[in-house]
Amino acid sequence: MAKRSNDTHAPVEHEHEHEHHAEPGFWQKYVFSTDHKVIGLQYGITALCFLLLGFILVALMRWQLAYPGQPIPLLGDLLGNVLGDRAISNGTLTAEGYNMFGAMHGTIMVFLAIVPLAFAAFGNYVVPLQIGAPDMAFPRINMASYQFFVLGGVVMLTSFVVPGGSAQAGWTSYSPLATTIPTSGQTFWLIGMVLLITSSLLGAVNFIATIIQLRAPGMTWMRLPFFVWAQFVTAFLLLLAFPPLEAAGVLQLMDQVAGTSFFLPTGLATSGAEEISGGGSPLLWQHLFWFLAHPEVYVLILPAMGIVAEIIANNTRKPLWGYKSLVYSVLMIGFLSFIVWAHHMYLTGMGTKISTFFQTTTIIISIPSVIILTCMFVSLWGGRIRFNTPMLFVLAFLPMFGIGGLTGLPLGFSYSDIHLHDTYYVIAHFHYIVAPGTIFALFAGIYYWFPKVTGRMMNEFWGKLHFWLSLIFMNIVFQPMFAQGMAGMHRRMYDGAATYAGAASPGDGAVVGLPDVFIDMNIGISQAAWALGIAQIPFIINFFYSIRKGAPVTSDNPWDATTLEWQTPTPPPHGNFVKPMKIHRGPYEYSLPGGEEDFLPQNQTAKTV
Amino acid sequence: MEIPHTVKPRPDTGLYNSKIGIWLFLASEVMLFGALFSTYILLRVGAPEGTWPKPGTMLNIPIGTINTCVLIMSSVTVVLAWASLKLNQFKRFKLFQAGTILLALTFLVIKSFEYNDKFTHYEVIKKDGTVINGHLVSQDSKHVVLEGAILPVKGEHKLGDHPNQQPAHQHDHEHDHEGGGDKAGQNAQGGESTHGETGQQAHGSESGHAESGGGHHQEFEIARSEIKDMDNYGPWFNTYLAIYFTLTGLHALHVFGGAVVIGYLWGPGSKMWHTEPERFTNRIEISGLFWHFVDLVWIFLFPVLYLL
Amino acid sequence: MSESNDTHEIQKEIRTYLLVFGALLVGTVLTVMASLIDVGAAWNMTIGLVIACTKGFLVAGYFMHLMSEKTTIYAILAFTVFFFLGMMLLTVAADSDVPAV
Ligand code: HEM
Ligand SMILES: [Cu+2]
Repeated sequence: MAKRSNDTHAPVEHEHEHEHHAEPGFWQKYVFSTDHKVIGLQYGITALCFLLLGFILVALMRWQLAYPGQPIPLLGDLLGNVLGDRAISNGTLTAEGYNMFGAMHGTIMVFLAIVPLAFAAFGNYVVPLQIGAPDMAFPRINMASYQFFVLGGVVMLTSFVVPGGSAQAGWTSYSPLATTIPTSGQTFWLIGMVLLITSSLLGAVNFIATIIQLRAPGMTWMRLPFFVWAQFVTAFLLLLAFPPLEAAGVLQLMDQVAGTSFFLPTGLATSGAEEISGGGSPLLWQHLFWFLAHPEVYVLILPAMGIVAEIIANNTRKPLWGYKSLVYSVLMIGFLSFIVWAHHMYLTGMGTKISTFFQTTTIIISIPSVIILTCMFVSLWGGRIRFNTPMLFVLAFLPMFGIGGLTGLPLGFSYSDIHLHDTYYVIAHFHYIVAPGTIFALFAGIYYWFPKVTGRMMNEFWGKLHFWLSLIFMNIVFQPMFAQGMAGMHRRMYDGAATYAGAASPGDGAVVGLPDVFIDMNIGISQAAWALGIAQIPFIINFFYSIRKGAPVTSDNPWDATTLEWQTPTPPPHGNFVKPMKIHRGPYEYSLPGGEEDFLPQNQTAKTV
Repeated sequence: MEIPHTVKPRPDTGLYNSKIGIWLFLASEVMLFGALFSTYILLRVGAPEGTWPKPGTMLNIPIGTINTCVLIMSSVTVVLAWASLKLNQFKRFKLFQAGTILLALTFLVIKSFEYNDKFTHYEVIKKDGTVINGHLVSQDSKHVVLEGAILPVKGEHKLGDHPNQQPAHQHDHEHDHEGGGDKAGQNAQGGESTHGETGQQAHGSESGHAESGGGHHQEFEIARSEIKDMDNYGPWFNTYLAIYFTLTGLHALHVFGGAVVIGYLWGPGSKMWHTEPERFTNRIEISGLFWHFVDLVWIFLFPVLYLL
Repeated sequence: MSESNDTHEIQKEIRTYLLVFGALLVGTVLTVMASLIDVGAAWNMTIGLVIACTKGFLVAGYFMHLMSEKTTIYAILAFTVFFFLGMMLLTVAADSDVPAV
């Protein structure tokens, strides 16, 4: 490691082409930066914007579900002008418009909001700091990764205004449906996906190389903070699961633009489209898609678990209970998540043998998930819990993730999935994991690391308000969906299943359709969803207000934390650490008896009395 | 602080950063091509009987063999170039790597001739049901001239006005059953279409005959007014050609990308040898690993697409 | 390791590369010849793939130095191979385990 002179402004010159020694200009510093912290923030801000956009789309859809056929108040006409008649006519969301919004909601949320936020933003900012590295292993590739991400996002957004509108076949883009919808939006979707996948691959390579190569001396594998482990496994999932989807994307793109029939079966009747050569396999798309998309759902949750673990240890002032079990479980999940994918395809007519295999692996994978959750719950036991905003979000994460995970089990068995597949039950299942689960963990992470990034604390009162409102409305939104789903409401009905509305059968008075009570739930759900949106306003205000006016931190380590990111100046300078780090202990040395402080940072040799 | 291990290996892993980086990247490439090979298998196994071309008939085997040797040779020059650097022989490195670049270009040129050959190969279905298969000699607004053969036709042709209703121009399947894969339970759509409504096209099953030389080639002048349908051997022709073009196209992109990187490190990038020889040698090793991988993919593509 | 020792090693390796080169060319010719002899589709397929795998092994093992790589790389590749096989075999298995209609 290079010796540093004490004067930070005159570091020893090396032939490092892209390290700027002079004060970099605005563009170098904020736009084309290779500093992992800046890139992390770029990812974070962009992804938060996409999160908002994804939410706005679904808020509009919820209007249509609650009040089918009625014009969207206030925004309807305006949107109609922008998006055209096809999507919104006379201020009302059309069926096609509904499909566009639905497909883009899913795509944006998964690929442009949650993954970039959980993996790229938090990972980029925190991982190098936590392992005591000066930056990522490949800073320029890191920058390229962000640029591909932005490019992919722009292509996705452009698709809203191309002729025919954006993609309409759901975030899963099942073929042949996706290929037969006459819109060039699907082509944009595919190109966008290829760009986003490229971005993720570059990121994944970088993360893994960084974690393997750049751990500071003494930072052994079993001394890594759990967050780093989670990101490490996540990176592997992205690295190995995304390429098949990239391949599938290229194949569907060929179907779309080169007239091939990879996913189009012989005899497919397409409306007015050109003749096709046929011979393709629709199921092949589903295999390739879910081969990515199941690992992808763990990409959504593992970084969140990492954040939760950090905050629990810090705020219970106790070592995590079962650190090793946590690590082995997360490795186990990573491993197994590659061989469960066809549980999304039970209803495609697969045979019993293969279905049994996938049911078995699906149920086995819930074991490590349960171990992780258990460890986290047990970690709370006997702790002196500090109920600050990050901790509240984390405490809510645990049961919410629990609900999401447990409701996955009935989906994992093919015989119960026959009833539940493609209903609102599935929607509720994964939203419980991603929304009050992952998103809460992400909020917790923002509140927790905010002081390190800005040097100021976020306001606790507004934070707590944000938390309680979010928690309440999240549950009002998603809990009824379980009921709707079990009653049989399909997940992609444009009119909120009004067509299925149950009339009493004339003879015996038995309800033959969907009972009204389930359809009426749509109204309550929608209102709660909008309220949930309003509940984010305290957060947005708090966020921007605190950047400039929040209470300044009194030390570099305001939470009295042990991990390395808190042992740096605030905010950390380019190169992160003032002096090379040497690590002497595990990540969670809290509750030490005696002495003034109850914790020992990882880089400290002995307890300072 | 500087990023450690950019040049010197980290003691406990024994690797410098970009070595891990390239292997991770190659791991993802394995999955990428793996998915495409899986696609190949599924399409082939699931192909309706008689629609998958008979092995070894679609492409020109001698040309493929030559191209395989070209790529293998380039792999050798790459590894020798790296070894030359290790031996401190910069001139020899330049020489070998120049060879690599030339071989890469040779590969691409040969490949583009192969592509061109396919794009100018037509199957014309006349309104009377005759199918003529051959190379385009010339065409104008009135006529199309093909050099090839009339394909034997079996079955009747229903000419509907519905756009999806294709004539089921079944070819004679006498001796190409092994091409169709021997899977018993075909997909639901499988089986031979005996009813025109399914619009099955038995494109290309036999058409490779024109390629295998010999036989009775002759020129056909076909009036445009007689033509019902005319298609060249692009990726849209059948699933075999679709996967052929996708796989080789993606592979060719890799060849091109690799050649650009190697070319850069041969030209302007080679200045680094004089300032940071070790780092430069590492770069050559990294680019070499990528190149060998591209070669490796071709080693599987060649038999799978050309021979089997 | 001393300089001359290193040089010596490399020269030995170069001989290996040339041997591998020869083997690859022979393999290429063999695979073409084997494909021209009709021993039944299944056998032709098997022979072709076995030769391809052998060639692949030579390239990966010697040109890419996998015969003497570091544990970390082996670990990464082991995972990759596992998932690669999982993807391929399970997809094919799922595709062929279709209940009769
Ligand atoms: C803990 C054990 C889990 C089990 C047993 C499980 C099981 C399942 C099953 C079988 C389905 C398919 C349902 C259907 O389409 O009929 C499903 C859907 C889904 N799961 Fe889970 N899951 C689990 C955890 C998770 C986690 C951690 C996430 C992370 C975000 C997640 C996200 C999803 C998503 C997004 C879908 C819906 C995909 C779609 O069709 O659009 N699940 N789950
Ligand atoms: Cu899944």
